[in-house]
Amino acid sequence: MILGRVVGQAVSTHKRPQFTGAKLLLVQPETPDGVAVGATLLAVDSVGAGVSERVLVVIEGRAAGEALGRKGAPVDAAIVGIVDAVDVVE
Amino acid sequence: MQIGRVVGDVVASRKDPTLDGIPLLIVQPLSADGQPVGRLLVAVDSVGAGVGQDVFFVRGKEASFPFHPAQPAADAGIVGILDHWTVGE
Repeated sequence: MILGRVVGQAVSTHKRPQFTGAKLLLVQPETPDGVAVGATLLAVDSVGAGVSERVLVVIEGRAAGEALGRKGAPVDAAIVGIVDAVDVVE
Repeated sequence: MQIGRVVGDVVASRKDPTLDGIPLLIVQPLSADGQPVGRLLVAVDSVGAGVGQDVFFVRGKEASFPFHPAQPAADAGIVGILDHWTVGE
């Protein structure tokens, strides 16, 4: 999983049926200390995250499909947690 | 997934038979502010996207899922057409 921040939301009417009703959020991946890194990704939201929240994201198909709860969904990224705090000791 | 813009298509007469009849579109990945980011890629299309449209696409074996039970040899697939997106609240 990776850490990221929700930066926006996308709207799609015409999409694969497995996405029906799913919220599509734009997520900027971040390092644990909050520095943006890499390209923005689009993830389905399974926890009710909102813009500017820090989130935990799976970027692998099977896990994302589980989070979406739909079999055979063509999905590779899902928000699976809202981050309260990150503590990097070393 | 990532967001991107369809900028072209690919015609390949001789190809893996699992790709027969499946549209191959060229996609430019976009950043949240709509700027091109990264390399162009070729994606299979299962939603009827066309040149100029903004889409979202999936990478990996999930790209083939919309064609179930067929399993096209693809590692990127367009799975939705975007109406619009917003950045910020």
